[in-house]
Amino acid sequence: MKALFYYLIFPGFLFSAVAGLLSSWVERKVTARIQWRVGPPWYQNFLDLIKLSGKETIIPKQARATFLLAPYLGLFSLVLAATILGLALFTPQQSFTGDLIVVVYLLVIPAICAIIGASSSRNPLASVGAAREMKLVLGYELPFVLSIATVIVKTHGGIRLGDILAFQMNFNSLFFSFSGALAFIAALLCCQAKLGLAPFEVAEAEQEIMAGTVIEYSGSALAAFKLTKAILLYTMPVLLILFFLGKDISPIFSLAKYIIILVVFILIKNTNPRLRIDQAVRFFWGPVTAIAGLALILALLGL
Amino acid sequence: MDLKTKALLKSIWVFHVSCGSCNNCDIEILDCLTPRFDLERFGIQLVGSVRHADALLITGAMNRKSVPRMKKIYAQAPKPCVVIAVGQCALSRHMFRYSYNVCEPLDKILPVDLYIPGCPPRPEAMIDGIVKLVNKVRGNK
Ligand code: SF4
Repeated sequence: MKALFYYLIFPGFLFSAVAGLLSSWVERKVTARIQWRVGPPWYQNFLDLIKLSGKETIIPKQARATFLLAPYLGLFSLVLAATILGLALFTPQQSFTGDLIVVVYLLVIPAICAIIGASSSRNPLASVGAAREMKLVLGYELPFVLSIATVIVKTHGGIRLGDILAFQMNFNSLFFSFSGALAFIAALLCCQAKLGLAPFEVAEAEQEIMAGTVIEYSGSALAAFKLTKAILLYTMPVLLILFFLGKDISPIFSLAKYIIILVVFILIKNTNPRLRIDQAVRFFWGPVTAIAGLALILALLGL
Repeated sequence: MDLKTKALLKSIWVFHVSCGSCNNCDIEILDCLTPRFDLERFGIQLVGSVRHADALLITGAMNRKSVPRMKKIYAQAPKPCVVIAVGQCALSRHMFRYSYNVCEPLDKILPVDLYIPGCPPRPEAMIDGIVKLVNKVRGNK
């Protein structure tokens, strides 16, 4: 019963959906201000979702059964990850051993679901999008796992989110050590790619392959994808706060850190052109992996 | 009017179909999204896939090649979906009226909900047209 409450209301589905939709409003608004526009009102993303749920959901004739399954599966697993992370942030004692690894796995599932959904729609542009998404996942997972390994090494083998937080509360945020700062930079870039924001929005390049992976989706299935994206935008900063900036997690400080990380994401998005997929993969396997590997070595040396 | 219609009126996603226009109308449509007019204030967005569209913005004189494709695009759009004819060409075939290759005006082919005349129509005219359409759906004059 309690678990259901956690999952559905707080800090699970309802809370993370509202937080995510508000964050994506912040994203749209800041983007608009950077481009010297006014931007949409704060309830715009809610309206978009309500509208999409009222529209017809078209299923292409040749689509497979996984076409409609994929968006909801992605949403389901992402909400689970958001619940675990939220519980760890709001009530650190509640976390269980190994939840770090569970979260890392759960966070890959939305990307996999996007790939499955796109390839079961049998649209050629969607399959281009799926192929790009797959390469991108291969690209960013390596440095992401390396930087998380840095966190584990720094906290003397903490694979419980609660332990990681407790370590940072007792000593200092991991961000304020050499290895922590380097791992933070690598993880931030990986999160940018996980969010599918420019410069890594190759899988959904609106101008080239017309929304790529979601091209065939309409109505409530599209709404599920949009909601997944929004919740991801809430989950990623929370993840970074937990891993690297966990010294003081009182509500005010958490909110401030959250907004700063969110705005950094948005600024990176707005000041960079889209990379080609080969450039993106080279970027992640080259410099970013080097940074994350260096961070891991420094952490093993105790810096 | 239920909540979903209300939400629809405040978040119109537009798919742009060019059926052989001279490109001026298309440029004016893009102007609507620039900082000066900024249609995103009202939730209006240009989308890349017709499956996401709430409105089809059709420009250009229909020629024999583009008519069947346009019909296909209309069939692919999720309903409810409005059709907006932009520019004199789409309205009445304009100066291409006697061309060997141009068939019928748009409203003989698809159910058009909104006509925006002009060659090309100014962004203000398009915004005005959309406001009129929204007001009409809301039921006030
Ligand atoms: S209406 Fe005028 S500007 Fe628009 S496509 Fe026709 S000729 Fe070009």
